[in-house]
Amino acid sequence: MLKLEPRREPSRLMFYLTPFLAIVLTLAAGLLLFRVLGKPPVAAMQLIFVEPLRSLRGLSELLVKATPLILIACGLALGFRASIWNIGAEGQFTIGALSGGAVALAVYPATGWWLLPLMSLAGIAGGAAWAAIPALLRTRFNASEILVSLMLVYVAVLLLGSLVHGPLRDPDGMNFPESRIFQTALPLIIPGTRAHIGFVVALVVAGVAWLLLERHIIGFQIKVLGQAPRAARFGGFSDTALTWLCFLVSGGVAGLAGLFEAAGPVGQLVPALPAGYGFTAIIVAFLGRLHPAGIVLAGLLMALTYIGGETAQISMSLPSATTSVFQGMFLFFLLATDVLVKYRPRWIPARPAGAPAAPAAAKPSAPVVAARVEA
Amino acid sequence: MKFRTFSKITAAAVAALAVAAGSALAQTKPKVSFVYVGPIGDMGWSYQHHQGLEAIKKEFGDKIETNYVENVPEGPDAERVIDQLAATGSSIIFTTSFGFMNPTIKVAARYPNVKFEHATGFKQAPNVATYNARFYEGRHVIGLIAGKMTKTNTIGYIASFPIPEVVMGINSAYLAAKSVNPNVKIKVVWVSTWFDPGKEADAAKALVDQSADVLMQHTDSPAPVKYAAEKGIYAFGQASDMTQFAPEKHLTAIIDNWNPYYISRVKALIAGTWKSGDTWDGIKDGTVVFAPWSKSIPADVVKLAETARDEIAAGKRHPFTGPINKQDGSPWLKAGETASDKDLSSMNFYVQGVEGALPK
Repeated sequence: MLKLEPRREPSRLMFYLTPFLAIVLTLAAGLLLFRVLGKPPVAAMQLIFVEPLRSLRGLSELLVKATPLILIACGLALGFRASIWNIGAEGQFTIGALSGGAVALAVYPATGWWLLPLMSLAGIAGGAAWAAIPALLRTRFNASEILVSLMLVYVAVLLLGSLVHGPLRDPDGMNFPESRIFQTALPLIIPGTRAHIGFVVALVVAGVAWLLLERHIIGFQIKVLGQAPRAARFGGFSDTALTWLCFLVSGGVAGLAGLFEAAGPVGQLVPALPAGYGFTAIIVAFLGRLHPAGIVLAGLLMALTYIGGETAQISMSLPSATTSVFQGMFLFFLLATDVLVKYRPRWIPARPAGAPAAPAAAKPSAPVVAARVEA
Repeated sequence: MKFRTFSKITAAAVAALAVAAGSALAQTKPKVSFVYVGPIGDMGWSYQHHQGLEAIKKEFGDKIETNYVENVPEGPDAERVIDQLAATGSSIIFTTSFGFMNPTIKVAARYPNVKFEHATGFKQAPNVATYNARFYEGRHVIGLIAGKMTKTNTIGYIASFPIPEVVMGINSAYLAAKSVNPNVKIKVVWVSTWFDPGKEADAAKALVDQSADVLMQHTDSPAPVKYAAEKGIYAFGQASDMTQFAPEKHLTAIIDNWNPYYISRVKALIAGTWKSGDTWDGIKDGTVVFAPWSKSIPADVVKLAETARDEIAAGKRHPFTGPINKQDGSPWLKAGETASDKDLSSMNFYVQGVEGALPK
């Protein structure tokens, strides 16, 4: 029988090892899945996880896809460490794109070096303002920030839809719900591809997040608030101030990510702009263990599943659901293997039925078994 | 362990190179690619385009290769998908949703030797053609049937986005219904999606609650038709024959038959005569066809519908023939005047008699 014994302290080793374990298990389950689907398993896996890395096109698209995921997840990690749950990054992303894009459309066709910085600032401000709503309701009225931030996603998406159907619609666009194409675009970091400066910004943001979380007193306060709220209160840390900080920062970077998406690869405001990055970034944040370096890796990995999933669809006619299945499996195995952080598996030889249930009494010092898994 | 992983990766990479080399050698046949906004199993829009792909396969057999990508959102991902198809050897790429317009134009500029065809858009380039179907002709015919079949004098219309294509369908159906039933009203619910069975069913419910007893839809799932069957009212299928979802209550459907167009374009590609342009085919060209009339439709109404269909095909009837006023009462078409294609493809107003405001 396999028994799980609680560890005296969570295992640091397992904490960093289980994401890799989850990846290995996902790959194994994927092989099995493809075998059942009747597709050559190794070739399919190779198409998903290796093929996109073999060309400049694939690599550059990986950066495009990973940029918003990394940006948003870095912001979210701040709050998640403090047990402040901003689930509405998708909405902040949308409002960021909307307010930044509106700036470009308002001054159209004027352009200049000042336009992109101005759009970015508007994007950050928009995202932060949208995140300020749940922060205010939480700190003032103790409303659940999870629900409020999540519900505001739908409001944001509908707001974008109604504005591109109305005031922001392209006057020369035959009434189709899209804005004009912006008069400016993000500078590219690899010419001839779509990889833009946003990825560099994402790395800088990850670096700043690392400094803040690991080297600054605020990071310490966030950690204490998340792990021991009472201790934080005794320590004199302000719950309210930290809630505001986490929401404004995570909303601001999500807004910036939205603006980058609108001003970079898309180049205009379209109703379909919110493509789910805000939600996928939650998986990225946890897969990356709420650590900026981990988030960069997790963001790239998650982007790889998207791009690889498309490659497999194109070359092997795998259904488009493949990507979602892989992302689901990552999260599932990560959560499942997380049990190893707090528990130690131990193999105990089965005893013949009817044997006296002595061992527990014989070893009074053994810790109480809290969980049990049938082998 | 580490070494083993490494050697596995190397082996995979070698295998990949071999596969890539193999496909490069086989790259003499034209490759036809499709990009779909929905799942090929939506039983509506994407399904019908995919039927076109199947028709091409049947027609040209192993003279061509084909592939497709389904469920491509009209957002930031579309350009990558189209670019990837162009980069991996496609000769012609059909992008089958309006939201793919700007991504198609952008990618086309990077691959001048690849041909692109964008459905329902209005931007062309030397290597980008556009095509659409005159669905408003079909709406005229089902509008006549609806006007005759409704007992409550209320037609329910589930609409997706207020773009010209959809607005002209509502107007066409209303004018036709009104011509045979002066008391008829049309109620429109906008769902802001092309495919969402849940939302579409909710809209159907809302319309039935407002006493609609015939449903039309400009969305792609069979959910409204199923709901109509449950409630015992009539409905028209959209894009494909949806009889199976409501055998008793499905009156007919406007079927998008892209097969003739796709076959002719691939033929032109193989012959080297492909040219950019804008194609807008209708009943006459076999692009807009009808599912078999339901037995519930009385013979005189079937006759009415068939006459309309045949007259449109023969060019003797135009669904938008004046006098027609706009919703606000201002004149649009004079008596006997017919709408120009340009007017139709930028239509952003309801005609007089349609209730409610067009979402702006």
